[in-house]
Amino acid sequence: MAMSERLPSVLIIDENTTRASIIEAGLSAAGHSQVTVINEMHGIAAKIALHEPDVIVIDLENPNRDMLENIFQLSRAVKRPIAMFVDRSDKEAMQSAIDAGVSAYVVDGLRQERVKSILDMAISRFNAFSRLERELEEARGALEQRKVIDQAKGLIMKSRGVDEDTAYKLLRKAAMNTNRKIVDVAESLVMSARLLGDEGK
Amino acid sequence: MITELSAGFLPLTDSAILIAAKERGFAEAEGIALNLVRETSWANVRDKLAVGQFEISHALAPMPIAANLGLTPFDTRLIAPMALGLGGNAITVSTALLARMQDRSGFSGLDAAAAGRALADVVASGRASGGKALQFGVVHPFSGHNFELRYWLSASGITPDSDIEIVILPPSLMADALASGQIDGYCVGEPWNSIGVARGAGRIITTKSSIWASSPEKVLAVREDWARENAETLHALLRALYRSAEWCGQPSNHFELATLLGSSAYLDQPAEFILPALDGSILGASAPGGGRDFFQPHARAATFPWQSHALWFYSQMVRSGYVDHSVAHAETARQSYRPDIYRTVMTGIGVPVPSANSKVEGALTETIAVGASSKFLYLGPDGFFDGAVFDPDRLDAYIAGQTD
Repeated sequence: MAMSERLPSVLIIDENTTRASIIEAGLSAAGHSQVTVINEMHGIAAKIALHEPDVIVIDLENPNRDMLENIFQLSRAVKRPIAMFVDRSDKEAMQSAIDAGVSAYVVDGLRQERVKSILDMAISRFNAFSRLERELEEARGALEQRKVIDQAKGLIMKSRGVDEDTAYKLLRKAAMNTNRKIVDVAESLVMSARLLGDEGK
Repeated sequence: MITELSAGFLPLTDSAILIAAKERGFAEAEGIALNLVRETSWANVRDKLAVGQFEISHALAPMPIAANLGLTPFDTRLIAPMALGLGGNAITVSTALLARMQDRSGFSGLDAAAAGRALADVVASGRASGGKALQFGVVHPFSGHNFELRYWLSASGITPDSDIEIVILPPSLMADALASGQIDGYCVGEPWNSIGVARGAGRIITTKSSIWASSPEKVLAVREDWARENAETLHALLRALYRSAEWCGQPSNHFELATLLGSSAYLDQPAEFILPALDGSILGASAPGGGRDFFQPHARAATFPWQSHALWFYSQMVRSGYVDHSVAHAETARQSYRPDIYRTVMTGIGVPVPSANSKVEGALTETIAVGASSKFLYLGPDGFFDGAVFDPDRLDAYIAGQTD
């Protein structure tokens, strides 16, 4: 029958639209034609009933997991019973899913190997997304740090009448003498300048 | 040597004992570094216990029983060697439903029987006029909230599921759902009742402590295999949590505790929403002092894991059709709570402990001193609001007598 030929239909429940779309893209690239994304939790039971997914992927940050699991158990909104995807015995798969921050549910009777690739895809995309977020955070931090150091240099240049290079050296020396990071010294300089009302004068 | 332990918790006032154990140095004094991880769902707690990210967790009192009866997706066995206090929940209804309750019967106050009668009146008139069933929210099927709400409705002559639908919602969304009219009421732990009231969404009509006095709500859930292999660490943890419970129970510490719980790492809520549960002011100015307090983290053996509590939850799981009653199932439920471990630990530090593992729930109508391993121990009152008594030795008859 055709049922055994086609790939399972997947429903992605993720309030983070960016993350949901990169999982969707990954699954589409792997040949999954029936992928639906839900970002909005309102009326979720009806939406699940409408789509009748074979597999549901959900992020662990979603506070509605208890509600969803109850819907699955009651099997009223969903015609076929849905269980936790990861097999009781497969602790390793479960571990990597939870580490990545994702969980999945599957309708009863669907063979494990048919959904394994879906979970693997979700896990790798979740991990990639977290990595991107971390990098973005770091980049943002680095940018902030550079801004503070530039401000501190400007303050020193003005008050001491020195050039930029000398200002930086003074800053570095102060940091070494007090055993602190340059950015911390710069930050306290900018803060005290602000407190004393020097900024912008 | 310091042992690091990771524990999950949900942002609720009854996570107090775990949080104070870390923040007030009780864990450290026992050589334990508590890594507390705030979770968004009980499903996450269950999963992370199963894969070993957590050794222990703040847990709904029926959770270890459900796990051991095979009602959860994983075969992780959990034990409850300690309870995390008594009471702490309330039932809040929308202002619209409250008005209907007051119209018909002039209901006021927080008495479970009076609130039940007033609600039954509204339900009966709704049934007569063919109105749509009311909806109440709880946070999880295997929760004290679900079982005490259902018990209270049934004993008030209201049939759960047909007269009032019970839906699952996360605690943080309850007040919004009430305000928007999506639900008509909810049974949830603090601070989510106080928050619902503060937002003007509804009012508290009764409390867990009025439905079943001195009743269990959260427990310390511990993976059974971990407990077996790490008995000494577990014992140290229980000592730390006991000292923390003592501290939490001191009225002079309530303000500090409310502020601590309210901080951004924990509940992330104003302390004014947390304090009413701790100092009992949530019950209003006319509340009787002493016995029927709202949330009790320490006094009256509040952290003792009574097996009669486990068996009552089991009886309600049978009632709701989650599991068939059998001797083996009842025994699994009973042994999910481990007063033996608690007793060993507390006797070791001279703390008075009940000498029995079970008690007849509803036998004590007032606070009395009972037989303890040393010193005096005060218990009770512990009755159900409808006067029914739960005798764990007569479990079969109790289950057979449940009407729905």
